[in-house]
Amino acid sequence: MYFRKVWCFILKRLFILLMAIMLLIPLAAGCGTDTSTTGSSGNDDTIKVGLNYELSNDLAQYGQASVEGIELAVEEINKAGGVLGKEIELIKQDNKSDPAETTNVATKLAKDKVVAILGPATSGNVKAARPVVTENKIPLISGSATADDVTVTENGVAEYIFRTCFNDSFQGGSMAKFAVNDLNAKTAVMYVETTSDYSKGLAASFKDVFTSNGGEILAEEYYQGKDKDFRSVLTKLKGYNADVIYVPGYYNEVGLIIKQAREMGITAPILGGDGYDSNVVPQEAGAAALTDVYFTNHYSADDTAQKVVDFREAFNAKYNKDPNSFHASGYDEMYFLADAIKRANSTDPVKIKDALASTKDFEAVTGTLSIDENHNPVKSVVIVQWKGDKQEFVTRIEP
Amino acid sequence: MAVLLQQLLNGISLGSIYALLALGYTMVYGIINLINFAHGDVYMIGAYIGFIATALLGLGFIPALLLSMAISALLGMAIEKVAYRPLRNSSRIALLITAIGMSLLLEYTTMYIAGPDTRSFPTVLTNRQFSFMSGQINISSMQLYILLISIILMILLQFIVQRTKIGKAMRAVSMDKGAAQLMGINVDTTISATFAIGSALAGAAGILVGIYYNSIDPLMGITPGLKAFIAAVFGGIGSIPGAMVGGLLLGMIETLVSGYLNSNYRDAVAFVILIIILLIKPSGLLGKNTGEKV
Repeated sequence: MYFRKVWCFILKRLFILLMAIMLLIPLAAGCGTDTSTTGSSGNDDTIKVGLNYELSNDLAQYGQASVEGIELAVEEINKAGGVLGKEIELIKQDNKSDPAETTNVATKLAKDKVVAILGPATSGNVKAARPVVTENKIPLISGSATADDVTVTENGVAEYIFRTCFNDSFQGGSMAKFAVNDLNAKTAVMYVETTSDYSKGLAASFKDVFTSNGGEILAEEYYQGKDKDFRSVLTKLKGYNADVIYVPGYYNEVGLIIKQAREMGITAPILGGDGYDSNVVPQEAGAAALTDVYFTNHYSADDTAQKVVDFREAFNAKYNKDPNSFHASGYDEMYFLADAIKRANSTDPVKIKDALASTKDFEAVTGTLSIDENHNPVKSVVIVQWKGDKQEFVTRIEP
Repeated sequence: MAVLLQQLLNGISLGSIYALLALGYTMVYGIINLINFAHGDVYMIGAYIGFIATALLGLGFIPALLLSMAISALLGMAIEKVAYRPLRNSSRIALLITAIGMSLLLEYTTMYIAGPDTRSFPTVLTNRQFSFMSGQINISSMQLYILLISIILMILLQFIVQRTKIGKAMRAVSMDKGAAQLMGINVDTTISATFAIGSALAGAAGILVGIYYNSIDPLMGITPGLKAFIAAVFGGIGSIPGAMVGGLLLGMIETLVSGYLNSNYRDAVAFVILIIILLIKPSGLLGKNTGEKV
């Protein structure tokens, strides 16, 4: 009996100790970053840039890739003498892929007096950080938040939010132009994921631009995420004999749709958006089915533009792997910001914001861009083709 | 005309998968009055075993199919023994909730072991295309395999249930458990055998779907499981021919609705049709009027 009491006592103590340690760990970690920033906050030799990225949990792939791109850019900029004679200093924070945590990180970075924040990578998280940065008057740049309503709210343009990637409606329109001009398509059918805003957004803009360029949409059909059998609708779509089939969707269903369409003898080109950029597509569809499959993307690794070649070589040298489009967008964000600081000739966040908004013909890896009145970049889109299990650069569509 | 034929073909190959799954539901329900919600997940496990057999062990299609059916059968028996047998005399709702728990356990254990990502099968069967009427009708050899294997399995099942001793025992237990026991039938073994056969059919459906669609994931059993359950109810739950007819009809209705009406309302329209049929004939197409419902 006595023994058991002692045991209970020890367990209780252990539990309290454990709780205390768990409470202290984040504090200690917080202290760690604090010292690294306070150590240099006193001197004005650096320009502090905050990173608010998805570094853990489900969206970590996007955040980590973006940060690798940013770090490469900072290394290059600092080696070349920095901006306005000062070095760039990154304050890297993890938003845990969570909107609430993103808001906290944004608040913390604002307190650290950063001149601008890069990230988050995804549309939902950028929207979560938007109120904080607007209130604190700090510009925020994302390289991959593509939803239309990221930079535009119901009260008009979000003054402090910028992005270097095209938005969803621009993507659909560009594909429509490619279909009309390069594939000589007169008619199209669309096959849209009914529960996805991304898919419906792309489809709506494709339809707009395709019809205004003299094309005709013969039919619009729908599927649901996680569907596996598309044969009945594909049979129906086959009957229209359209010149192209637009399937804006994510890789899981798209792979199966392409496979089944080709099996059924549908030979028309299949077109889509950046959701096709995954190796799951060739795995599911099989290399033989991937003929005449084109999609819009931010960047293509085998683009022959000098800027892209240089970036790929520098990235290869630092990380010993090929960059994907998130690496490229992270890299672009940093240079986009550095360019604005130079033109503003100041590290005042409000002046940087004005300089960002007036960016003209900035040369980025993902295409030359100018910022329009809605803070969307006017830039080129890359058309990439799935050829067997390889992606191949086809062309650039200028805005 | 050609399009209609093609759509019917699409419907039959989709429907035969539903039918294979619905058989397991209906057999288990017939014998212990339990909706086995873990059935769809046995189908998923069957697909994963097929994946291991073909991609990792390098087996051919037929050995992989047999292996997957055998392991699914063992899994079905194990589920029954561990989760359902101890609760056989407790309330119906306790059993139902255990079944749902078992379903989640299988899904997330697989997700933990195999990861949540979609996987693709290696090509184990050369998929040939047969075209008729100048390319208007296309059948792939895989569709023919599915049809053929489903028909063979259904004939085999009818034979087992109608002509063998264990089949006779199954029919007896489903009619009256107590009386069957008094006649010297081992009820436990019979129920075990029912789970084994039903699960083997689910395993076969799993590997067929895996190869046909070339995509498997740990949650792939949820939707087909639900649809197959509905097919079983539609055909008359507890009735084996009913499950076959129900599965095939559900596949056809879905295909025809998305082929000729609006694909956006596929499930809605398909299920409205089912509801209407059930309103007219509450026990299902081939069901007996027992007056007992879950």
